[in-house]
Amino acid sequence: MSFLDIVNLQKSFGSAYAVKNFNLSVVRGEFVSFLGPSGCGKTTTLRMIAGFEHPTAGLIRIDGKDVTNLRPNQRKIGMVFQSYALFPNMTVAENVAFGLKVARKPAEEVKARVAEMLKLIGLPHLGDRYPYQLSGGQQQRVALARAIAPKPQILLLDEPLSALDAKIRISLREEIRAVQRELGITTIYVTHDQEEALSMSDRIVVMNEGQVEQIGNPFEIYNRPSTRFVASFVGTLNILRAKVVDGASGRVAVDGQEIILPHGLPVSGAGEATLALRPEAITLNAHDASGSRLDGTIDEVSFLGSVIRIRVRLQNNIVTLDTFNNVGHRPPERGQPATISFAREDVLVLDEPQAA
Amino acid sequence: MKNSRLGSWLTIVLGAAYFLIPLIATVEFSLRMKRGEYSLEAYRVVLTDPRFQATFGYSTLIALATIVVGVLLVVPTAYWVQLRLPRWRPVVEFVTLLPLVIPPIVLVFGFLRLYNSSSWLPLTGSARGTDVLLTLGYATLALPYMYRAVDTGLRAIDIRTLTQAAESLGASWPTILFRVILPNVRVAVLSGAFLTFAIVIGEFTIASLLNAPAFGPYLQLIGANRAYEPSALAIIAFMITWACMGLIQVVGRGANRYRAAR
Amino acid sequence: MTQQAQTSTFPAGQVPRLPGMSFAWLGIVPFMIFAVMFLIAPAAILVVGAFQDQTGAFTLENIVNLFQPSIMSAYWISIQVSTASALIGALIGFFLAYAAVSGGLPQSVRATLMTFSGVASNFAGVPLAFAFLATLGRTGLVTTLLVKYAGFNIYSTGFNLLSFWGLVITYLYFQIPLMILIITPALDGIKKDWAEAASTLGASRLEYWRYVAFPILWPSLMGTMLLLFANAFGAIATAYALTGSSLNIAPILLYAQIRGDVLHNPHLGYALAFGMIVITGLSNGLYIWLRGRSERWLR
Repeated sequence: MSFLDIVNLQKSFGSAYAVKNFNLSVVRGEFVSFLGPSGCGKTTTLRMIAGFEHPTAGLIRIDGKDVTNLRPNQRKIGMVFQSYALFPNMTVAENVAFGLKVARKPAEEVKARVAEMLKLIGLPHLGDRYPYQLSGGQQQRVALARAIAPKPQILLLDEPLSALDAKIRISLREEIRAVQRELGITTIYVTHDQEEALSMSDRIVVMNEGQVEQIGNPFEIYNRPSTRFVASFVGTLNILRAKVVDGASGRVAVDGQEIILPHGLPVSGAGEATLALRPEAITLNAHDASGSRLDGTIDEVSFLGSVIRIRVRLQNNIVTLDTFNNVGHRPPERGQPATISFAREDVLVLDEPQAA
Repeated sequence: MKNSRLGSWLTIVLGAAYFLIPLIATVEFSLRMKRGEYSLEAYRVVLTDPRFQATFGYSTLIALATIVVGVLLVVPTAYWVQLRLPRWRPVVEFVTLLPLVIPPIVLVFGFLRLYNSSSWLPLTGSARGTDVLLTLGYATLALPYMYRAVDTGLRAIDIRTLTQAAESLGASWPTILFRVILPNVRVAVLSGAFLTFAIVIGEFTIASLLNAPAFGPYLQLIGANRAYEPSALAIIAFMITWACMGLIQVVGRGANRYRAAR
Repeated sequence: MTQQAQTSTFPAGQVPRLPGMSFAWLGIVPFMIFAVMFLIAPAAILVVGAFQDQTGAFTLENIVNLFQPSIMSAYWISIQVSTASALIGALIGFFLAYAAVSGGLPQSVRATLMTFSGVASNFAGVPLAFAFLATLGRTGLVTTLLVKYAGFNIYSTGFNLLSFWGLVITYLYFQIPLMILIITPALDGIKKDWAEAASTLGASRLEYWRYVAFPILWPSLMGTMLLLFANAFGAIATAYALTGSSLNIAPILLYAQIRGDVLHNPHLGYALAFGMIVITGLSNGLYIWLRGRSERWLR
């Protein structure tokens, strides 16, 4: 049973669409991320759910109730902002208590709830501090506590980690996810960081230019991108230009070397196809010869610590792949011949080929 | 949303009315000197009045002298405090704010007690001495504005590195101050200078009590004795203030372009 | 004098490089000499004089004598004019600044308002009095137009430009712009996210202002009001040109005292000046303290 329903949502500014034909059903307790580049409409959609923007068309239902025309303060939502947006004139405890105070909850209940929230975010001793005395990570945790203290129906997070250091970002994203699981609160999380979306979400909505490109769980989004945009935006991807040899049986040639695709192509004659390969799907100089193989030369080797990134030039196409660092094994050197191999199923066909 | 914007417009329009009506009225009044027609007669009378020319010229000279004294006083001090005496900063800042605490009328009262013709330093005893005292008094009035402008300007550039770079090239202290630091805070200094000019040119209290032949007392005198000329003078004074503020904006914008070009 | 002292800055600059000893403080000696001679000493000699009798002995008599009706009423009218013009100026200035900053108006409105405020806040003194005489004086444009087209004579209501409210209205011409100039940065510091955060937490617009925006702004508001108060309190030129000496405010009384010893006691004059320093000093001190408070939050 879906808890949050977004039906045919549209938002236009003048003649330009910020969001177009947005449809989504979120079940209770689900963690859904909106992922996309800046200006893709993900924040506008979130702000329509919050009530800060009024949709041009479409409707938003929370728990079966149409909230499209409700003001933000009537929607019972919790929101966390990129800028933390803590009230600077209030202590941490007063910030967390704010939603309860305006809801006229009895003082004892407020006190107990604030203590509970501060414990939940691991800052029980900082209740009397002011926001300016806290680090960015601490401030954002307080903002999270403040948002969930009044027990909102839905939690909205707008790029909450973008202003933080890389290390804190990773620890905090685990913390947010843990808190969300513990409370079972339905959550929409807006981010442009694919790693964040992939690691935290139950489902991801990938958006581009105001439209939904794909909705799916992280595994699907990463491994079976349905559009070229999703494939290139999520993860790194090797793009290969190939000539169709025999469309029906899926035989194509990459720089003159023939491989077989996981499925046949709808064109019969000669044409061009765009293929994609994830770096981690490729093995370098494999001993067993199953799957597809392509020969080339090592073009560049970058030592990145635990991982070594290797670029192999086939002829016109270039393939990047990662191998783990191995103390007993010297990395290959530039100019050496190399063979890359990959399972047939790992090849993604991005554009349906066109007849030449 | 629509309603609040309407309210904003209404507020602004009412505010504009309060500020523009006196200006319009003053312009209108200043044109009425000749009975039955609008003319620039009042302006002609004022501008050809030898006392106007004398007092305005005098006040302009005093204002320029004030600016020179202010710059020579403030730039080295602000520079030195930032470079070498950061711990003195609160003290110096407090002193620069004192003119806001001590009203000009009190200040000039003190001057008259300290520097009267029978004191150890009889500045008010001679015309030249009065000029000096007036200039220094105006320098105190301008101090808060000048210091803040220059201090902000200095903070915007890295004076420590600039100084060290100049020192490593063998520059002497006067060279560093006048050829390196001053040109880099030119905009701040100019802003402070124009503001000083606007404050000082029509100043009444100090000039009047020092019996200086300045523009402010002249304005007051005309106001007490004439009908239309004061309006013309008010418009002239307003235009001078406007010009000073306009010049501050112009040099500020020029600086931004200069920065962007780098 | 200053010129001479000035040149000593440069040699002083080289001194600190001597090992072990620091003479860096010599660099601000010219400034300090200037400040002492033309700022601190003039004020100090009045303060000292306020506590001396004619023979130079210490006394509190002058301070006690300040509490005679004519002097008290001068202070009191001054305080009332300054308070009224500060309160009204702050209120109107706040609404104008708020309309320009968050009223959804074009950017050009804000730029114009700021430029104009820069000009008007410095358009004080004698010319300002002239402008208001030409507007609201007995033969002023607004006065005559009201009589001609509305049949309404504001002077028949008891209004007089050369009175308390006339002075307040005139002072507003520089008080409002000063408020706008000072409060606009504070309004810029109010982030839109705070209003949005408050509304997602269930707060109404009124609750947001009551619990968040106003508490954040009030140190700036109060502080600016104190600055406006001091600004009006020390002003004399406008009042003098407008009312001559018919309105008995403290600075005009002091002006008359300096001119002709109307109190017949020079030391009472020093006490009068001392009283003014105390009042402007208190309001400025509070202003600086409050500004520090608000800056701490808005960092």
